[in-house]
This record gives sequence, C-alpha cells and structure tokens, in this order.
Amino acid sequence: MLHWMLKRSTFALRSARRLPVAAVLVGSLLFAASAWAENKPSPIPNMFAPVSTPAEQEFTMSMFVLGITLGILVVVGGSWAYVVAKYRSTDSSDVEPPQIYGSPQVELAWTIVPVVIVVVLFLTTARMIFSIQDHPRPKNALDITVVGHQFWWEYRYPQYGVVVANEMHVPMSTPGQVRPTFMKLQSADVWHSFWVPQLAGKVDNIPDHINDMWIDPHVPGVYVGQCGQFCGVEHAMMLIRVYVDTPDQFQRWITNQQQPGVEQPGAGQNTPQQVIRQQGGVVPTALELPANRSGAGSGASAGGGDQTGAGSAGQPMNQVVAGKQVFLQNACINCHAVQGTNANGRFGPNLTHFGSRDTLGSGIVVNNVDNLKAWIRNPSDLKEGALMPPMQLDETQLEQVSLYLTSLK
Amino acid sequence: MADASLPIGSLDLTPEALAEGTFREYLHGWVTTVDHKRLGILYVLYALFFLVVGGAEAMIIRVQLMYPDNHFVSPEVYNRMFTMHGTTMVFLMGMPLLFGFANYLVPLMIGARDMAFPRLNALSFWLTAFGGILLYYSFIGGFGLYGQGSAPDVGWFEYAPLTTRTYSQGHAVDFWALSLFVTGWGTLGAAINIITTTISMRCKGMTMMRIPLFCWLLLCTSALTLVAITPLTAAQVMLELDRYLGAHFFDTQAGGSALIWAHFFWIFGHPEVYILVLPAFGVANEIIPVFSRKPAFGYTAMVAASVGIVFISLGVWAHHMFTVGMTSAANAFFTLSTMIIAVPTGIKVFNWIATMWGGKLRFATPMLFAATFVVHFLLSGLTGIMLSASPWDWQLHNSYFVIAHFHYVLVGAIVFSMLAGIYYWFPKVTGRLMDEKLGKWHFWLFLIGFHLTFDFLHVPGILGMPRWVYTYEASRGWASWNMIASVGGFIQFLASGIFVWNLLYSGLHGAEAGPDPWDAWTLEWATSSPPPEYNFAVEPVVASRRPLWDLKHPSDTDTQYE
Repeated sequence: MLHWMLKRSTFALRSARRLPVAAVLVGSLLFAASAWAENKPSPIPNMFAPVSTPAEQEFTMSMFVLGITLGILVVVGGSWAYVVAKYRSTDSSDVEPPQIYGSPQVELAWTIVPVVIVVVLFLTTARMIFSIQDHPRPKNALDITVVGHQFWWEYRYPQYGVVVANEMHVPMSTPGQVRPTFMKLQSADVWHSFWVPQLAGKVDNIPDHINDMWIDPHVPGVYVGQCGQFCGVEHAMMLIRVYVDTPDQFQRWITNQQQPGVEQPGAGQNTPQQVIRQQGGVVPTALELPANRSGAGSGASAGGGDQTGAGSAGQPMNQVVAGKQVFLQNACINCHAVQGTNANGRFGPNLTHFGSRDTLGSGIVVNNVDNLKAWIRNPSDLKEGALMPPMQLDETQLEQVSLYLTSLK
Repeated sequence: MADASLPIGSLDLTPEALAEGTFREYLHGWVTTVDHKRLGILYVLYALFFLVVGGAEAMIIRVQLMYPDNHFVSPEVYNRMFTMHGTTMVFLMGMPLLFGFANYLVPLMIGARDMAFPRLNALSFWLTAFGGILLYYSFIGGFGLYGQGSAPDVGWFEYAPLTTRTYSQGHAVDFWALSLFVTGWGTLGAAINIITTTISMRCKGMTMMRIPLFCWLLLCTSALTLVAITPLTAAQVMLELDRYLGAHFFDTQAGGSALIWAHFFWIFGHPEVYILVLPAFGVANEIIPVFSRKPAFGYTAMVAASVGIVFISLGVWAHHMFTVGMTSAANAFFTLSTMIIAVPTGIKVFNWIATMWGGKLRFATPMLFAATFVVHFLLSGLTGIMLSASPWDWQLHNSYFVIAHFHYVLVGAIVFSMLAGIYYWFPKVTGRLMDEKLGKWHFWLFLIGFHLTFDFLHVPGILGMPRWVYTYEASRGWASWNMIASVGGFIQFLASGIFVWNLLYSGLHGAEAGPDPWDAWTLEWATSSPPPEYNFAVEPVVASRRPLWDLKHPSDTDTQYE
C-alpha cells in the first residue's frame, strides 16, 4: 500500500533514495514543530510549549495519543485511499463483481485489534489522570484561591493575607527549590474556567463546587491564558496573566502587596510604560519585573504633598491627593477596596496596589493614565459588557483619580 | 432495471393525476396531509431552510473572527449568533432532516403503505415547525414586556447559573427553553412513530434481520431519542420553574447546583450526537453498497455495532465534563467508556471499506459524498480519541480543537452523508435526476471549503483559543488560522448556493429518472418515482435483504446465502 502511494506520488524517486528523503522530511517537520513550540514565556498560549509538570505530562499524553491515532490513520485511511483508487470503475456493463456478504473471521479480527488498542490507551491515560489529579501537596506549597467573576479574576493568597486581581504572581519551582502552587478554584457568580495552556489544563470555576489544580512552572516570565467557559457578554475579554517570578522576586512582590495601599509622591506623571503594546496585544518586555517596582514599599510612608522635587510647586502630588478624595467620595468604594483607606468594596477588583499592575480591565489594555481615564469615563468603551458603570466624573476628576490609582504601586 | 411485470410492489406507472383545484386547495392539501412522503418532504424542506439560516449565522461568526480585534458585530450580537447557530443546526436542521429521511423512506423500504400513526406524524411535524418559528420569533419578540434580551445568547448548552434571571434578564432563555420544549415533543412523537412502524408494519417476508440497514439505524436513533430527549425536556421544565416559580434547581445563589444542569444537558447532549450520526451511517449503508455493486459487508455485525453504540453512548456523557472537577476515578471511567465507542464505530468504518473492496465503484455524486463521509468520519473519530484521553482533554476542552472535531462529525460526516442521501433519493422523490455537473461542482467546492475551515481550526485550539470568543488579540497568533477558516467557510456557503440552485433547477428541468435510476436493490426502487400515495399497488413479499437483486438475478438470488 505504501509502495503504491509512493509510486503514485509526485516525488518520482528511486527506492534507494526514499528513506533519506523521508528522514529529512520528518526531521524538518520535527524541527519546525520544536521551533514553533519553545518552552518559554510566549504571548501565544501554546499547549505544546509546556513549562510546568501538569502541562508537560499532558503534552506527553498528547504525543502518545497522536502517535497511536496517526498509526490508525495510516492503516485505515490508507486502505480507504487504496480501495477508492483501485476499484473505481468506468465500466458500464451489467457484469456485477463477486458478491461478498461478510466474513466472521475478518470481522472478529477487526473487533479484537481495536479492543487491544483501547486497553493500552486506557491504561496509559488512567495512569496519567491519577498522576496529575492526585498529586500530593508538599508542605511548602503556595496556596492561591482563584475566584472567577464576570469578567475578571481575583487571586487570594491566604498564607499572606493578600488579595490581587487579574495578574497572578507565583514563584518558580525548580528541582533545587521545589515550590508548587496549589489553587482552589471558585466562582462568585457564573461558571468560568481557569486555563493557562503552558502551565496546566483547564479546571472549571463553578459557583457551587470548589475545585483544585496545581502548577509548578520552571521558567520565569509571563504566561497568558483566558477563561475557558462561556460566562457572559465579555467571556472573550476575561484574560489571565500569570507572572512566574524567581523566589526572590516573588518574596519582594508579596511583601510589597502586603503593605497598605498608599499613594506615591511624585508618581503623578504619566510614567513611562512598563510594557509595550504591539499589534493590539500586550507583550511583556522582559522576564523580570520592572526594577522600579521592587522599592515601591519604601516610599509608602511619604503621605504628605510637598516633597515632589521638580518644580511646579508639587502639582502632581496635589493631583494625586485630590484623586484620592475623588475616589473615596464617589461610588468607587462601594465595589473596590484599597487597603489602608475606607474603601473596602468587594464586588470589583481589589485596587490596593493597582499601580503595580501591567494591565487593566482583566488584561485587555496596558495600565497607564490615559487608558485608565478612558476606562473610568466609560468602561464599556473598552469592554462592552463590563459590569462597572460609567462613573460620571468630569475631566479633572478623571485625571486626578487616574493619577491616584496609578500611583498605588 | 426491474421489469414492470414483476410481482414485487407491481410497479404502478399510472401517471399522476394532474393537479386540480385552486392554489388554496393545493396548499390546504400540504398543510393537512398525513401522507408520510409529503411530511417527509416538509421535514426536509424545513431542515434545508434552517440550514441556510444557520449557515448565514455561521458566516457572520466567520466574518467576525477573520481578523483580530474585529468589530463587525457587537459582542452581544456575536453571542446570539453562535447560540442560535448551534441550536438551529442541532434542533431545527439536524433532527428534522433525519426525521424527514426516516418519514419518507422507512415505510417504503419495509414495504408499508404509511407510518403506523399518520396523524401523530403530522402532529410531530407541526410541533417541530412551531418550535422553530417560536425560537426565531425571539429576534423580534424578545424585547417584549421586560425590555431586555432578544434571541438566546448564552451558548447552546445554556449552562446554569448564567440562565437564572439574575444573569439573563428578559426572555431570551425562555424562548430557548420553551421552543425546544415544543420541538422536543414533536421529536418524541416522530421517534415513537418510527419505532412502531419498523416493528409492526413490515411487509411479508421482511424479518427484522432483512430490513435495510438504514431502517435499523433509524430504529436505533429513535430508541435513543426516546431516552435522550426526556432529560432535556425535564431540565427545561425545571429551568422555567427556577425562573418563574422560585424553584432552585440550578440557582446557585439559593443552594441549587450548576453541575446538575450540566449533567442533565449532557446526558441528553451526548446521545444527541449519536441521534444525528446514526442516520448518516444509515444513508451511507444504503449508498455505498449500491455504488460498489456489492451487498453491505457484515450486515449482522453492522446491526450489532449500531445497537452497541446506542447502549454505550448512554454511558459517556461526562466526557463533556472532564474539567468540572470529578474525582480521578470518575474521569478514568468516562475515559474508558468513551474509548470503547471506538470499537463499534471502528467495525462500521472497516465494513464500509470492505464493502467497497473488490467492488465496481461508480463515483456519481451520491457516492462521492458517501465515500468522503467514510474518511471524514474516520478523522473525526481519531480526534475524538484524542479528546477522550482526559489529561489531554483538560487542555483541549472548550477550545477550537473541539470546534474542529465536532464540526468534522457534524459537517464532514453527517452533512456529507445527508447530502449523499439527497442526491441519491431526489430522483425517487421528484422523478427527476439531479444535475451531475452541478453536483460535482457542489461536491468539490464544498470539500475544499470544508477542509480549509475545519482542518485549520484544529490549530488555534492547540494554541489556546477558547470557543465562544467574539474576538482575540493579534499577539495570540491565531489570526492567520482564522482567516483561512473564514475563507473556507465562504467557499462552503458558495457551494451550498450551487446545491440549492441544483435542487431548484433539477426539480423543474432534471432528466426523467424512472423508477430505479441507480440500479438499486431495496424496495423503495420497486415503485414509481415519485411513488403513488399508497406506495405499492400490491403489498410486496420479500425473501432476502435485497429483494430487487433477487428479481434482477433470478439464477443467483441472495436467499441462498442468508
């Protein structure tokens, strides 16, 4: 059959040359596949580029199943192609071919062979299911409670008393320093599903049912994913960003997040962006966190409005202070919390360290003053089904509250 | 060609009485008909109408996804489009089409003069039709008293608690639940009718092991329908109780369970796939032997495999729920039960290939579609095995890989097979052959479009593209795959236009078909085309699975081999 296929193929090569040609073809395909799927942070959430044990095991599983199904395809599809090519007939005479009604032996054979394949496949799969799903939790594991909301994500770190939104930070886990992250998945409203293909397969966030999953990413960087279960108008824009930090970076980050949210002196300017926007998407520039974030906690004590150095009589800081008043005196606090202030709303994302995030609106745009103003003016301009209403602020207030929020490093 | 003087059915070639009376009387005749053939035609026309409607919705989806960050339609409209596309294609296209085939063909094939319950048959059709009208009325009626909602927009599985009044105000969900509740009753009536007809209306000599495989598969489908539609109907009632009478079945805010809805839906939803695909098997089982000039290989094994599929398919529903957090043991169980389905379906694929093996294959349009159906079904079965391996399914679930997989089943296998059936039986229904040249254009364009769309859609699934998204960012790398898929979609739409033109053109101007244009062997070809109202002038008596083969080859009848 293979012989026939090669004979008919356009590569009219002599048999001696076929093997190397095939080897080159397969080799280049493999090369292309590996270049396509590098195991490192990527803006493309490719499940064939795993960086965490569950995703790696799922990748192994997929290659095994692909191999078996490819074999079946070659045999059965090949027979089909052979039959269709060999027995097509333009003979219009009344002569009928031999009438074959069946053959118990043949039918028994092609019942038993699939049964054997199914047994092999099942046993392999079952091993993989138990190995991923029933993985024991080491004592030093990081716990995160992931709560799905229409249409954003809330991450709670119960061991640290930290609540953040939309950008999850986890420590890297290496053979030398094993620290997996175990997540409890919940939902505040409807059915969602947490899916970051490079880290693990998806698990659903269901309102009446708490689920578990775990990851142990080996390569630091930002990994993207999104909600995997239809949850309403903006299901498509419920994006996930997971920051895999080195243990030191993670420690600095979580320490900073534990501080109350205090506005930054001099942070009022439209600071240079920490991420670049490319072709409509957010592309992380570096694997590390931006350097200016690490020291953010230290400036927190400077509550006064008079120490912004450069000229114009502390104008930016005044704007920030005014913005804080706008934030606290409007309906913002009904839904949003900023730890250390009176704002303790729970319905919307926690904004305590909002300025330390790269994106806003659940990962849809870069977090900067302009985008934030546009968002607060009318969230539906950026994200049509967002549940946050337009805040009816005037332009000055918009500017002020945006400066205040982005200063919450 | 069967001789008109032969005993089976005693071919009645009396020309049809010319239509008399006014147009109103003609129309009245169609509306009040209880003739299984006319109802079959109505079902098929109804299904083809909704095929065009659902196809147009798919085109809107494909235009929207052609480019990243596209704003061809708003998110709300997009969500309505995919919800209505799914619901339409399953409930208003797929099931009516299969019941249309069953209505027209089962009585003819088993030598009966009508269905067992002709009036129930008419009731079933009109209930189905009313359900479809009700569903589409939502586009204009949804703004009703409550001022919100229009066509259903929460996906065709309507997962709780998105369907509660908290999250779905207005009547969109009610239109979905109530219209499918109505079509559900029509479906149940049709299923009961087909089961009864097959069991009790067979002509003399037509034992259960002699009925054409198409009839066996329709019997299996109907039995499965009875079991599968009921939980959906029950769940829809519960949903409406939740929404209007304060029951809390699925309302998680009041202690209800979202998971229970998913179980109810999928214990309907998975058998539903087999309800749709079994008739497609049946059509292929009729066409492949005739165009290979050989009997179906392994009739008994085919029957056993079909019945096996019915039973196994009732125990696999939770493979749609591998990601809901079942225990590892439950995941393993449903992995196994799902993989086992590969055995009977494998037998079918092997038997089709074996039927063609050593035959004289004539590639007229019906056979082109039927032969392609086999390889498409094989491919969709293989991606099905990939999805059944639950660790990989945790990645693939609800991604575009799944979209590609089930469209391979629904379009590549079912639609291809049903199109084969339409080309094959059109001459019986209208007395005219469909145009071969247009048919081949339709086939090749549709094939190319199909492969462009659904082969390439597997890739964005691997690259992490979830379903139901109205747009995506360019940086995700899904754009070129979606562009190819959209172009393929437009080609399919164009091909379908050729098909509709062929139907109209050939219906009016096609070549005269005669009673048996394909030199076939089952009883429907023993009567005139189109058949008279009473089907057969005398009740046929058969002695084998291929009564017309016996007639045409008196010296070498099938009877001696059964």
